[in-house]
Amino acid sequence: MNGPHDLGGLMGFGPIKPEPDEPVFHAEWEKRALGVSLCAACLGAWTLDENRHAYELIPPPDYLSASYYEIWIRGLDFLLAREGFATEAELFHGALEHGGRRPIGDILRPSSVDDMLFAGPSELPVSSPAVYQVGDKVRTRNINPLGHTRLPRYARAKRGVVQAIQGAYAFPDDNAHGRGANPQWVYTVVFSGQELWGDDADPSLSVSIDAWESYLEPV
Amino acid sequence: MDHDHDDHLHHEHDNHYSDMQARVRALETLLTRKGLIDPAAVDRIIDTYETKVGPRNGAAVVARAWIDPTYAEWLARDATHAIVSLGFGERHGTRMRAIFNTPEVHNLVVCTLCSCYPWAVLGLPPVWYKSPAYRSRAVIDPRSVLAEFGVDLPAEKKIRVWDSTAELRYLVIPERPAGTEGLSEAALAALVSRDAMIGTAIVRLPEQIR
Repeated sequence: MNGPHDLGGLMGFGPIKPEPDEPVFHAEWEKRALGVSLCAACLGAWTLDENRHAYELIPPPDYLSASYYEIWIRGLDFLLAREGFATEAELFHGALEHGGRRPIGDILRPSSVDDMLFAGPSELPVSSPAVYQVGDKVRTRNINPLGHTRLPRYARAKRGVVQAIQGAYAFPDDNAHGRGANPQWVYTVVFSGQELWGDDADPSLSVSIDAWESYLEPV
Repeated sequence: MDHDHDDHLHHEHDNHYSDMQARVRALETLLTRKGLIDPAAVDRIIDTYETKVGPRNGAAVVARAWIDPTYAEWLARDATHAIVSLGFGERHGTRMRAIFNTPEVHNLVVCTLCSCYPWAVLGLPPVWYKSPAYRSRAVIDPRSVLAEFGVDLPAEKKIRVWDSTAELRYLVIPERPAGTEGLSEAALAALVSRDAMIGTAIVRLPEQIR
């Protein structure tokens, strides 16, 4: 979706404001928000892509004014309610009602935290060989799906070159909507600054994205 | 009627997120009482990123690559396993990539769509990395971004921006500064900042050890 998260090339957000000696967390609740979010993800009721899409569904004014951990909590509330683990009344008034969906398997325990944190999404097997090879010229498709996609707006309908074949991974546009992982080959595709931003672009600039195969077409 | 109802809900939800300390405490309590999470696992996750996993891990990878060309070659070819060999990283995964700055090219990493970041070697991302300002500007005007970090690259230096749109995670291997030939691996690692491994800093030799 063309949501508030798709920020590449937008203007008007001002300076970056790096914080000297920034602490890992800025408040106690940020710590708990991180931990609760990761524990809830381990319920296994939603994919990483569903999780990302839940953040993208936050209305633009709220998304753009929220801190990142607030975005996480808003997305978590949405997923917990949608998946039946808690009712909206429980989430928004705090009162415990009985019932609700139970965990599918074991919940995350301290002894499993290290394994969970150091797993990460892995390559998945695919039956077809990669369509594109390193050095191939490609064009990204012009797509504007209502659902989740990882092809940013600024890199749609642009000509680039395949720089690397990175393995096959779950296809987010399907995996965010309960249609299965349907893994596809992922390619690093590099674009010139001029291709993305026009003749006034910095001539020393090139930008790459990591693109699933169906985001691309041959030139 | 529906409109009024929507406004009421929206207003209520706004209030709901105005006190995040209370909101998150209530959520954790609710999920714990429902048996959906274990607060001790939450503690363990927090402890990992407060005390065990952070930019020092990435700096150790960079220092090893600087002193050991064989390791640097392995890192370039198979970053996941080269990093795991030092005791860090995603030992079950395959998705780490090391990108090497050169005299010709400076690399910069961003995630324009969310906040993808190599947690296993750098820990949790700083606030600015997740901010709309950085995510919007890094891909269109990286020189002005770098200037705000005090990095002024020569005009002829090429800038390559890596937008982390998939599951790959990028670690920038900065250039080793001149004058560090005699330094130990640990002393080299101490020179490497988190920002240098994102691409918003270059590694400099402090005056006192020059």
